[in-house]
Amino acid sequence: MLRLQRKRWKVRAFRKRRELVEVKNRTKGIRPDDILLFCTFRNEDVRLPYFFEYYRKMGVDHFVMVNNGSTDGGDDYAAAQPDVSLWSTDAGYGNARFGMDWLTYLQWRYGHGHWALTVDVDEFFVYPFCDTRPLAALGDWLDASDVRSFGALMLDLYPQGPVSEARYERGMDPLEIASWFDAGNYTISQNKRMRNLWIQGGPRARAFFSDKPEQAPALNKVPFVKWNRRYTYVSSTHMILPRGLNLVYDQQGGEKTSGALLHAKFINTFSERAQEEAARGEHYGAGHEYQQYAETGQDDPDLWTKWSEQYLNWRQLEVLGLLSKGNWA
Amino acid sequence: MSVGVIILAHTALQRAEQAIRHWADAGCPIVVHVDKKVNHNEYVAFVEALSDLDQVTFVQRRRCDWGGWELVAATQDAATKLLDSHPELRHIYLASGACLPLRPVSELCTYLDARPETDFIESSTTEDVPWTVGGLDEERFTLRFPFSWRRHRQIFDLYVKLQQLIGFKRRIPAGVVPHMGSQWWCLTRRTLRAILTDPKRSTYDRYFRKVWIPDESYFQTLARLHSTKIESRSLTLSKFDYQGKPHVFYEDHKALLRRSSCFVARKIWPRADALYETFPQPYDKPHESVAPNPSSVDRIFANAVDRRTLGRPGLYMQSRFPTIDRENAVTAGPYSVLQGFAEVFEDFESWLSKVTGGGDVHGHLFAPDRAHFNDGGPVYVGGMSDHPTLRDYNAKMFLTNLIWNNRDKHQAFQFGPMDTQTINWMVAKDTNARISVVSGAWIISLFLAREEFSDVRKEAARLQQIEHKQLKILRSPFTKARVRVMTLAEFVRSPMETLQIIVDEVSEQPHPRLAEAPNMRKLDGLGAFLQDLRNQGMHPFLTGEFPKDGDTAASLQTQQKPYLVR
Repeated sequence: MLRLQRKRWKVRAFRKRRELVEVKNRTKGIRPDDILLFCTFRNEDVRLPYFFEYYRKMGVDHFVMVNNGSTDGGDDYAAAQPDVSLWSTDAGYGNARFGMDWLTYLQWRYGHGHWALTVDVDEFFVYPFCDTRPLAALGDWLDASDVRSFGALMLDLYPQGPVSEARYERGMDPLEIASWFDAGNYTISQNKRMRNLWIQGGPRARAFFSDKPEQAPALNKVPFVKWNRRYTYVSSTHMILPRGLNLVYDQQGGEKTSGALLHAKFINTFSERAQEEAARGEHYGAGHEYQQYAETGQDDPDLWTKWSEQYLNWRQLEVLGLLSKGNWA
Repeated sequence: MSVGVIILAHTALQRAEQAIRHWADAGCPIVVHVDKKVNHNEYVAFVEALSDLDQVTFVQRRRCDWGGWELVAATQDAATKLLDSHPELRHIYLASGACLPLRPVSELCTYLDARPETDFIESSTTEDVPWTVGGLDEERFTLRFPFSWRRHRQIFDLYVKLQQLIGFKRRIPAGVVPHMGSQWWCLTRRTLRAILTDPKRSTYDRYFRKVWIPDESYFQTLARLHSTKIESRSLTLSKFDYQGKPHVFYEDHKALLRRSSCFVARKIWPRADALYETFPQPYDKPHESVAPNPSSVDRIFANAVDRRTLGRPGLYMQSRFPTIDRENAVTAGPYSVLQGFAEVFEDFESWLSKVTGGGDVHGHLFAPDRAHFNDGGPVYVGGMSDHPTLRDYNAKMFLTNLIWNNRDKHQAFQFGPMDTQTINWMVAKDTNARISVVSGAWIISLFLAREEFSDVRKEAARLQQIEHKQLKILRSPFTKARVRVMTLAEFVRSPMETLQIIVDEVSEQPHPRLAEAPNMRKLDGLGAFLQDLRNQGMHPFLTGEFPKDGDTAASLQTQQKPYLVR
């Protein structure tokens, strides 16, 4: 069944390639060992400069991106980057499995044999030793360990005070204005069918989904994968097929190596976004998450509590049990 | 020069070249073997790059598969060549292209000159070491391994199983006692020559050709036959993880490597520029006095193995999700579940917290209205919410989170049949749980509330049923928690003993003898109340036997001990 589903999505992605218009294709320059980043974005011009800076420093060699109908000039900015290949589409995000169809096609086309990081523009990947070892070191080590996928917890960051007051400027590190997180309120259950862990919790669960916790956003991610053209993500990067790739956790008591995706969503751009997305209804889960924000009148929430932790570095997350070095030493 | 070097190069040839130059700088003659898997052009370029060094020569390339014989054969070729062409050598050092000298090679030479008779080779019998890559140790030497472990794992495993099943065993050549150890050694000319010219070498070679991972056993075993002085350790700092995969050194290991005072380390990540720029570096202290001391490196890698295989108990995260039944400790540390005490005493939580010097004593964390954290707030350590729906969505993890978030401090909370019951099995199976139950104590709230009797009767029946079910779990053979159950009647007769135990548990150390108990609620008339219930057809059996009337606590003078279930 899962194999059929995987094939169906591959076919679907292949059909959806027609929705993509090539804007700038620099993929000829990709070398065999390069680390690729795949990303879809819409109206993220203000975030793009720091996004590129962050991931270049981490050792991403090439960015493969899809612009979904931006009107803020972010597409031009991205296309002008020497290490970016850009496609563009105005088609519906929701109809393309929230952008995944497009990326699945591009991953099939360009990702095969590369370590591929798939993230959103507001997601910042951290992994053990990320301050001293580039992504290639992680990739090499996973290769040597015969590991093909790497799990991460999505860690929502928020400011101290109302979200609208965290004024973000182009080029700024969003952690300067939104550096707080919830350290220990995550709940996990196992999805037997896909074998992934389903993680929920964090500030969104406690502030927006207290009385319907089953609808709280999923925080489990598999963002870093040694890509093979047979692979496809299922919903966002929460799950991937073949399902063996979702086994990024140990079930005997040990800890596998894992990372986190710092999610800098809650800054001043959030309120406008929430209203727009709720109206568009096209985000993951047909915009229900955004509807929830709008309905509860919480498009300008203050998520901070006296128990919030301020982000320092990956070592802090390791001590808190939010990521693990596993046997990488 | 008294030390010759054999280099086995497989990948990252530029780094191999760099390492070779360090050896060459000290004047060591070097014989290099390059894996045949390296493509021809790369090989030619590599040879070309080293052409300025006269003392570097190459041997016939062989195709080296991991765990295969060819690695040993390549080493034999190189050793023969080195010994034949350089009769002045006293020690031969086997290194790889991913090895990096940490200290100047001259320091190594001085060290070896002071120990001219010693063979440095890690060599232990199979009984003495727990290396179990693929779960095999002694069987490495007695089974056949025609299939590649890397490429055909399933066939490999199947064939091993088959041989085990039919009881197949190879004969080990007479006089040979299998030893294993690190692939990287430094042997004296005498020992190495003796191994290579042993009249029975063809017999040994034939045997070892089919041993699994012979590069970790051929020289290690044969050195035992010929050496006069073995020091069973490798001069190369090389660590393996729990799967037998070598640990890799990165730039952030720089200080650690320097402190280790080891001569050579492997493997170095080829792109760790800072390491290649820094090393070799003279050791700070006079070098004669400094022997390799890899203990801090050992500790770091031993910790890594523990983390990968055991993990941190009580932690549930994206890369650790043990099946609950796998573990004895479901949570991160000891905690107390207190049932009935807050019903018997006024302000029990603050009393207990005070007596234990500020212990974390929560109210009913699993109450229907909200989680009653000890500070009364809506959010607690770690960002935990008091919202009942959110809590009950995954009540077990609510508890494991609470304990994990406060793992430096003992947690205690009140519990009862009115609370969410889904945690019962988990708590019962948890060796960290200290459960004290005063059964039937919930009756006190009903008694004091003085509501409509028919409602009270119904509620009493409901709560009794829930508590009865819970007690059945606590008495099951699967229960690993420390459990103490007594009836309300037993408890009010002699509360001090039990309170003392609870205070000791929450303090996590013996507490001075308690001078006074908290204030017990007024239970006058409880006996009559219970009789009324009985008259209405509801039998409150969990409360124990109360006299029908009179002052309850005073009239029950007989001392009875609470019983310990487990």
